[in-house]
Amino acid sequence: MIGPVLQALWSHWRWHRVQLATLLAGIALATGLWSAVQAINAEARASYDRANAQLGLGQLDELIHPSGRIPLATYVALRRSGWQVAAVLDGRIDAGGRSVRLMGVDMVSYPALPALADPQGNPPAPESVLTPPGRLFATPDLAARLSERRDLPPILTSTALPPDLVLTDIGTAETLLGQSGSLTRLVLLPDQPRARPPLDQVAPDLRRRGPDSRIDTARLTDSFHLNLSAFGLLSFAVGLFIVHGTVGLAFAQRRGMVRTLRALGVPLATLSRLMLAELVVFALIGGTLGLVLGHLLAGALLPDVAATLRGLYGAPVQGQLHLRPGWAAAGLAMAVGGTILASGQALWRLARLPLLAAPGVQAWRRGTDHRTSALTGLFVCAAGIAAYSLFDGLVAGFVLLGGILTGSALLLPMLVSTALRVFGRRARKPVTQWVWADMQAQLPGLSLALMALLLALAANIGVGTMVSSFRLTFLGWLDQRLVSELYVTAEDSDQGRQIQAWLEPRAEAVLPIRNVELPHETGPLFLYGIVDHPTYREHWPLISGAPDAWDTLFRGEGILINEQLARRADLWPGDRLPLAPGMALTIAGVYSDYGNPTGQAIVAMDLFDQIAPEAENRRFGIRIDPSQASPLADALRTRFDLGPGAVVPQAAVKAQSRAIFEKTFVVTSALNVLTLGVAGFAMFTSLLTLWTQRLPQIAPIWALGLTRSRLAALELLRSVVLAALTAFLALPLGLVLAWVLLSVINVQAFGWRLPMFLFPWAWVQLFVLTAIAALLAAALPAWRLRRVPPADLLRVFANER
Amino acid sequence: MNVKALVFLLLTPFAASAQGFAGLGSSAEGFDIPQPGHRFDFPADHGPHPSFRIEWWYLTANLTGADGQEYGIQWTLFRSALRPFEQSGWQSPQLWMGHAGLTTPDTHFFAERLARGGIGQAGVTAVPFQAWIDEWHMRGDIIDALSLRANGADFGYDLSLTADGPLVFHGDNGYSVKSAEGQASYYYSQPRYAVSGVLHLPDRDVQVTGEGWLDREWSSQPLAADQSGWDWFSLTFDTGDKLMAFRLRGGRGDFTAATWINAEGTSQSLPDGQIRFTPVQTSSVAGRDIPTEWAISLPAKGVEIRVSALNPGAWMGTRFAYWEGPVTVSGSHAGRGYLEMTGYGAPP
Repeated sequence: MIGPVLQALWSHWRWHRVQLATLLAGIALATGLWSAVQAINAEARASYDRANAQLGLGQLDELIHPSGRIPLATYVALRRSGWQVAAVLDGRIDAGGRSVRLMGVDMVSYPALPALADPQGNPPAPESVLTPPGRLFATPDLAARLSERRDLPPILTSTALPPDLVLTDIGTAETLLGQSGSLTRLVLLPDQPRARPPLDQVAPDLRRRGPDSRIDTARLTDSFHLNLSAFGLLSFAVGLFIVHGTVGLAFAQRRGMVRTLRALGVPLATLSRLMLAELVVFALIGGTLGLVLGHLLAGALLPDVAATLRGLYGAPVQGQLHLRPGWAAAGLAMAVGGTILASGQALWRLARLPLLAAPGVQAWRRGTDHRTSALTGLFVCAAGIAAYSLFDGLVAGFVLLGGILTGSALLLPMLVSTALRVFGRRARKPVTQWVWADMQAQLPGLSLALMALLLALAANIGVGTMVSSFRLTFLGWLDQRLVSELYVTAEDSDQGRQIQAWLEPRAEAVLPIRNVELPHETGPLFLYGIVDHPTYREHWPLISGAPDAWDTLFRGEGILINEQLARRADLWPGDRLPLAPGMALTIAGVYSDYGNPTGQAIVAMDLFDQIAPEAENRRFGIRIDPSQASPLADALRTRFDLGPGAVVPQAAVKAQSRAIFEKTFVVTSALNVLTLGVAGFAMFTSLLTLWTQRLPQIAPIWALGLTRSRLAALELLRSVVLAALTAFLALPLGLVLAWVLLSVINVQAFGWRLPMFLFPWAWVQLFVLTAIAALLAAALPAWRLRRVPPADLLRVFANER
Repeated sequence: MNVKALVFLLLTPFAASAQGFAGLGSSAEGFDIPQPGHRFDFPADHGPHPSFRIEWWYLTANLTGADGQEYGIQWTLFRSALRPFEQSGWQSPQLWMGHAGLTTPDTHFFAERLARGGIGQAGVTAVPFQAWIDEWHMRGDIIDALSLRANGADFGYDLSLTADGPLVFHGDNGYSVKSAEGQASYYYSQPRYAVSGVLHLPDRDVQVTGEGWLDREWSSQPLAADQSGWDWFSLTFDTGDKLMAFRLRGGRGDFTAATWINAEGTSQSLPDGQIRFTPVQTSSVAGRDIPTEWAISLPAKGVEIRVSALNPGAWMGTRFAYWEGPVTVSGSHAGRGYLEMTGYGAPP
């Protein structure tokens, strides 16, 4: 019995190949976008985990000093009291224009060293590693970049190291970083002897922190990955609308067949199970297609994501995608689960269908109650807002987002219906009245597609507003901040001094750019020293601080910190920031510092010299009449025989910064566009679904004298009006979304709050785009209507319908 | 002797490429080489000799507890130089390693420490005498009166040592030859310390008394290329006489040496071939067959003895693993002492 039933079920799809393709495409799109995001996240997380496991980072407790510096004497005191700790000195070095982490460990006591070997595969001789000049260990990629530098010790490669990390002995690190006598952290070894004195007795200044309390890459980037996941989920949901529409249609069309099969004696249970099995098979096929799509998409996006993560967080991510079985299994499970979820309603109705019910489609379409939906929507919105007002942070932000989006989507049918009723009441002409009434009647079948469109449009407006606001703010800030006409980098501090002396009489001002990396409990902190010059007072906007903040700074009595540090460490003007043992400065102000993941602080140059006298002095900003900049750059290059990269005009620096910025949101924008595409497709499938049920409604109108062309045009109009109504409602929703992204999510993800700008022109573009999508979605049904043979329309009256 | 160890190619990632045990067979370029006719200079020579590749301060003691039980302890500080000089800071080429052991008849505890020279975490000074690594120390104003401490995760000891006799110089006035080819070290001992103090066991502290033996040795290449390990004995007989004896096992035959120290402290060196070692019984320890009972014959002194381990499981499972533990002596002479054995094949 099963064989013929299967044949009968399959015959439907043989006759409705477009429908089958739509169903599979829906499942594939939903699974594909979701899986792509998951693959990217998994790859990035695997990179972090690998990095952690490779050097035992993130497994053992550590001791740190609030200032980030631990005197060597403290280490020795701990050891001589019995505490087993391994000394680590972290820093950064330049590798082919990119700053990478240098991790100097006491190679004799560090607990988790990978196997290291020389090019012949032998273990390197201990004396070569532990005595000057020492050896550096890095991945082959990084080693190749480092090899451009002549001033480094010999480099040995190891694939067992995290990318973007140079491992070396602590003695070598001291020499390279120009820092001796202090350490950045102490790793507590797993085996400790008996009878140790309490830690606070030996080293009262040190704080012990567990692996989970450390702000590591994984935590730093969590919000970024959560952002991606949210997008993936949105795409998945929109994809499911397609599945829902298609399955609903297919089941409606098969009612006749179902009735016949049951009349022939096929039990309902068997039939339901077979149809469920059919869906699972489709889900698996569509899901597999989706996985392929997702893998390709992830492969295409990963390099950009990796660049973003590296640029923003300094997070080590390899730009290479691996196929993970768990990922494929999860993707297929999502596909099957999603398909069944989206088809649940159709299956449920099938199971409850009376044996002799008429095979009409009205029964299927008999709409969900707008009011119930709207009430649920209001409740979900309220729940989201309540969650945000009760809780704080990123997750609360996302709950707010989810609540508002879902709630508004549920409210949509009610709002559209109300709008249509209002329009309908104002209509005077019969045809117009019919058009409004007909739209009202079609609404239940279209409402899911409209919800999908609403979500996609809102996401588009929201994300677009965020990215554009960010761009505007960032570029404005760049213009403000990058004021020096030329930026010079000397080969070393000696040449730096010569250049500075040479420039003094020739330029308006020579502003040294000197910095030193200090460890801070929130991660690395870059301290800059500046000289008193109007450039800073005029061009560095403070988001918080006293009016005399700059005076306090230049008197050496205060420090300015960037917004990231302020938010991360919750330090605001008036608080004190410890910089070195026995030295803490009062925060005079907070400045905005977009596009930079790390904490930053500024002190007067005199003070900087006390804190980091050994910091190099080889970078300068030069203020000069812009028309003189280019000749001066040439003269400078000639005089000091500098390479092309050593003297950079302002415009080049800005271009570089812009390029980094554009990369940051390339993934977001790509997902944004894809989501909109999927929503357009959902609208198309819904209209196609409705088309099959249109004839009985249109035939009487046709019979009353409206031509098929007129009806087709009205069909197009209907689609555009509904889309426009949705887009109109999506606008405020999108703006709310943008506000949440800018003021909640961004602060958590990047550490800065951005002002919101509105871009009405972008909305117009989006409206036009939506209208075009609606036209395209309705084009096929309309074209069919135009070409429908009058006999078919006549048959409606003869038919049992 | 205790050509013990070294080590220090002990950095696990650099694995032992090792010729001989623990890299001791490698050549000594740039380092000083022991010369015959050396005149020792005390107290300076109790301190380190950075221009030699390896050096150690090696103390063992046989102890009796207030509970009547026999115990043994080991406290060792090794120095290994990557380059023949010392400088301050992490750039120092000197490395230090500490080993501590505590043996009861049924349990053996051990611990290991590693440290870099140049920063004060470990080192030795001659005046006042101090040898330390982390919180372990062996120190006193002079080397004749020392306090000794070590701790592991679940054991430790605090002992005081008082010398009761002169230093003893092995080989040719402290020039101790280690192979037929002439590899040698500087080697002297203080074999007669009276020891008292407390042992910390996981479940109790035990007051102990007994006698200790300190070995001092430094060299740059103590093993010949074919030598793979050694058996080293320091024995104290009930008569008051003492015997230091070792056998270096080589591909081209064994090399033996011994020093007879009589109760008054005068010593006599016994050259290669005078003493015979015969393993009588082996025990399976850490997957290896280790001789834990020996027959030793020294006809020149009328010695025909059996030496057996107090605890055959006295395995030092450190980076370079070896057997080291207290022994009891029976036969022509009765007494007790310490035995160290290295280079017995690792499990396949």
